[in-house]
Amino acid sequence: MDILDKYDLISKRHSGLLEVGEEPFGLRMERVLSATEALVNGRTTILAGTNNYLGLTFDPACIAAGVEAMQAQGTGTTGSRIANGTYAMHEDLEQAIAKYLKRSNAIVFSTGYQANLGMLAGLAGPHDVIFMDADSHSSIYDGVRLSGAKVIRFRHNDAADLDRRLARSDDDGACKLIVVEGIYSMLGDKAPMKELAEVKRKHDAYLLVDEAHSLGVLGEHGRGAAEEAGVEDDADFVVGTFSKSLGAIGGYGASNHPKLDVLRFNARAYMYTASCSPSTVATVTKALERMQQSPELQKKLWSNANRLYDGLIELGYEICSPASPILAIRLKDEATAVWVWNRLLQNGVYVNLALPPGTPNGACLLRCSLSAAHSDEQIDEIRQNFAAIMQHLPLPSEGATATQARA
Amino acid sequence: MTDTMQSDTDEVLQEIRVLLEAHNPNRIEITEETDLSADLNIDSVAAMDVIMNIEDRFEIDIPLNRFGELRSVRDLAEVVRAQLKNG
Repeated sequence: MDILDKYDLISKRHSGLLEVGEEPFGLRMERVLSATEALVNGRTTILAGTNNYLGLTFDPACIAAGVEAMQAQGTGTTGSRIANGTYAMHEDLEQAIAKYLKRSNAIVFSTGYQANLGMLAGLAGPHDVIFMDADSHSSIYDGVRLSGAKVIRFRHNDAADLDRRLARSDDDGACKLIVVEGIYSMLGDKAPMKELAEVKRKHDAYLLVDEAHSLGVLGEHGRGAAEEAGVEDDADFVVGTFSKSLGAIGGYGASNHPKLDVLRFNARAYMYTASCSPSTVATVTKALERMQQSPELQKKLWSNANRLYDGLIELGYEICSPASPILAIRLKDEATAVWVWNRLLQNGVYVNLALPPGTPNGACLLRCSLSAAHSDEQIDEIRQNFAAIMQHLPLPSEGATATQARA
Repeated sequence: MTDTMQSDTDEVLQEIRVLLEAHNPNRIEITEETDLSADLNIDSVAAMDVIMNIEDRFEIDIPLNRFGELRSVRDLAEVVRAQLKNG
């Protein structure tokens, strides 16, 4: 018995995917050319699956800030803030985030995943109860498990179900923490924040909102789903990431809670990992500025999202949610999704392939994410590729699928 | 009292069997010993859907923390019974 034998079924499924085309889970890009293009197999490919919502990864001011910080303060911090110390720029970034989000305090984590891990396992303990949306990201599932709290899942985006479960809860005296996302990463659907906030108030619970996919995307100032719904005061804790709209890597937790800082000595995902490098902190700080100075980026992002959404609907594709910067196209089965994904790539368009169990309700999806940096011409080219593919759908049979994919 | 408990138990088991039929394409006989993963090929994500349907049917909450222990139909029935008793 080999220690990795347990994954044989998964490996077999993965090998099956490679037999009919490219590696969908870790595509090799020879070189990334811009916020929206990369060289793949020698071909310039439009990137429509990178969560680079505002297109800031190649922003000249962000790049200049990163280069300057690296030259001035080195390539890395080589350790955690509790051991190696805090750079002034870490604190400056935390203050900038707090100010932007209108919160009294913010804590920076080294990745978005760790932000959820640290905030959830830091906030909740074995005597608390967490009520989480069933479609939550894996970082939330991992964070709530790590907390040791009793964890109750409620039906996705169903405030009435959350209400019922809170009403059934018999954990007298326990703190209740509701956990939701602003926009859900797989289907691109928004949380019903107003209704969730009402339930939260009714049951005197805390509310944590993960705005990873909604920062810079929703709300007049881009603060996310809670801002858009006018319920920011109900979101006791906000989590977010630097790796989407802000174009770098890292994450944050922010709050008006006067005791938030205690997590710096209790959230293990903050304590026992190296802090963000100077260049990362600098590019994020600059990107935060750029985002606030450039509301037109959010407008262009939505214009692109609507343009592609309308085009795909017109072609007859089924999209899992109303127009949003994440467009999840539902396909009939895994073979179809894999075939379409490969066909798009061969023709110079990269989107995300998402298969069960990584998707809700066993859906086979092609997930597109739009960027403010996409030009109208690029959006139209993506649409044209989907139009050409539509002529081949539905695929005739499983046997033919493999042959067509190789062709 | 014992009779009532026994009939509740049977009802619990019966309802769970009905809910599991959606995951039983090979139409095997579902008994208390049926293993969710090995016999019904229910993966960890599908299991969470099954559990949510069970929660709705019995108007109970089964904490995520318990999911790892739920391997057989008997385990499901036992956790439902325990939650009904608590409620």
